[in-house]
Amino acid sequence: MIKNISNLGDAAIYCDFGTEVNEKINLKVISYFNYLKKLVKENKIEGITNLTPSYNKLIISFDLSITNFKKITKILETLKVINNNQQDSKNIKIPLCSDEEFALDLISLSKKLKISADEIMDLYLNREYFCYMTGFIAGMPFLGDIHEKIRFDRLQTPRIKVPKGSIGITEQFCNIYTFESPGGWNIIGNTPLKIFDKLNLNNPSLIKPGDKASFYKISKQEYLNWNE
Amino acid sequence: MSDTYFEILRPGINSSIQDKGRNHLYHIGITISGAMDQRIFALSNALVSNDLNEGVIEFAYQGPLLKLKNGSINFVITGNVIFNILRKNSVIEEGKCFQNYLLEHEDQIDIITAKNSVFGYLAVEGGFQINKVWDSYSVNTKAKVGPNNGEKFSSGEKIYIKKSKVKNFINKKINYEKSLDKNIKIIKGTNFDYFSEEAKNKFFKEEFLVTNLSDRMGMRLEGPKLNNIVNTNIKSEGLVKGVVQVPADGNPIILFSDHGSIGGYPKIAVVITADHDMTAQLIPGSKIKFKEVNLDEAEELFKSYLNETKNYIEQIK
Repeated sequence: MIKNISNLGDAAIYCDFGTEVNEKINLKVISYFNYLKKLVKENKIEGITNLTPSYNKLIISFDLSITNFKKITKILETLKVINNNQQDSKNIKIPLCSDEEFALDLISLSKKLKISADEIMDLYLNREYFCYMTGFIAGMPFLGDIHEKIRFDRLQTPRIKVPKGSIGITEQFCNIYTFESPGGWNIIGNTPLKIFDKLNLNNPSLIKPGDKASFYKISKQEYLNWNE
Repeated sequence: MSDTYFEILRPGINSSIQDKGRNHLYHIGITISGAMDQRIFALSNALVSNDLNEGVIEFAYQGPLLKLKNGSINFVITGNVIFNILRKNSVIEEGKCFQNYLLEHEDQIDIITAKNSVFGYLAVEGGFQINKVWDSYSVNTKAKVGPNNGEKFSSGEKIYIKKSKVKNFINKKINYEKSLDKNIKIIKGTNFDYFSEEAKNKFFKEEFLVTNLSDRMGMRLEGPKLNNIVNTNIKSEGLVKGVVQVPADGNPIILFSDHGSIGGYPKIAVVITADHDMTAQLIPGSKIKFKEVNLDEAEELFKSYLNETKNYIEQIK
C-alpha cells in the first residue's frame, strides 16, 4: 500500500503513497491513518505522538525518548491494512452565501476565466466534494475536485487576512477558512456554519478526511439570520 | 481553590503558559506547541519538585513583572535571564537562574531580559491553577488554542497558583552550562534533491543569518539563495518541528513549536531533535552553519542529550 518509507528527521516517518492527487490514493492514506490511530489509541504501538495524513503522504511523529525509526518501521512492515473506510464517512451540506460582501474574488475570477459569476457558482454548487485532509489551520478542510472550467491559480499576492468562514478555490481544490487567517485562495463566498468548534473537545471538526461535502446557496438575509 | 495569585503588572513581550506540548491533533490542524527549550523547561519543574510536565510561564526577551498576592510560593527561573526580586520592604535582590526562591505576599518578580538567548521559564511549586485544553497547558496564540482562550498574558490579569503556602522551603540549584554551538546538525530532508548542486554546497558551507522574523512558529534565515531546480511548491503534506523548508524566494525557514500542521514548501533538511533547544535560543543577528549527520548519529546525540538532562536533574537531590 505504501510505496516508500523514509525518515523525516530523527523523530518522524515519511510514508509515501504516490505522487498523484486523487481520491483513490487518498483513501489509502486515510485507511492507513485510521488503522494506526486505532492502534495508538489502544496502546498497541508505543511512542507515536502524531499522525498527519495529507493527499498522498502520511507522517508518523514519535517521541524519540520512547521509540525510534527502526522500531516503528518494523511494526509497519507487519501490518495488514485493508483499504476500507467508507462506511463511516458522512455527507455534509454546507450553506454558502456569495453576496458581493463575501465573494471577494468572484468578479475578478469571472474576468480571468471568461465565464460569468453565475456560471462559476452553478458549476461549484452542483457537485459533491471529497475531503482529502484537514489542517494548515485548525479544522480547515481541503476538498476537491472542483469543475475543470473554474480552476485557477492562487492569488499573486496572498491576503493578510481572509475572513472566517470564507470559501476559497484554487487549482482542483476548495477549502473553508475556519478562522481568520492569511491566505491566497480565490474567495467565492462565505458560510455561517461552524466548521470547527474548539469548545466541542471530543469532536471539534465538522468535516473529516474521507467525508463528502456539498454546498447550497443561501441569501444574505438567511446568512445574517443563521442560528445554529 | 487557592487565593494565591500573581498579579501581572507588565506582561512582557510574549509570555504564555507552556508544557511539553499537545499530541495527537496534527490531523485536524492543531500543532504541538509546547516549550521552545524543552530541557530548561523540564529543569524549571525539577527545581521546584514538580512533575516534569507541569505548566510553567514561558517568556521571550523581556519577561513579565509579577506581584504575588496572598500566601507564599517557591519559584525558580531557568534560562540565561536577568531578573530582580523586589521585596515588600523595598529591598531589591538580584535573582540567579537555576536556583529556587521563596516569595511572599506583596513581593514582586521583575524579569528584565534574556541575555544572548530568547526564552526563559518561571515555574512555581505545585503549578498554576489552570485547566488543560486537549490534555495540555500549552497556549498557541496564533491559533487561539489552549488555556486563557489561547491568548498570551496581558496586564492586570491574575494567574492563580495551586499551592497557597510553602511549608518547608529547601534551597535547590543546578550549575547549568549552556552550550554555544553555532553549528546546527541536520538530517537531509525529503526534498533535498530539489535543489541545485550549487545550492546544496552552499547550504553546508556558507553561513546563514537569524533574522528578526523569528517567533514560536519558526525562524527565518537569510544567506545564499537556495536555488530549487525541480519545483518550488509540493503538494501540501505534514510538517514536524525542526523542518527546514525553502519557499520560492530561496530563504530557509526552520519550523518551531507553533508551526502549521501541513505545508507545501520543499523540505531541504530537518534539524535533529538534540539541537532543537539550542536552535530556538538563537537571537536575531546570530550566524549559523548547517552540518549533516545521519540517523544513527542523530539518535546517539539525542541519547547524550537525555543523559545530560538526567545529570542536571541528579544535581538537585
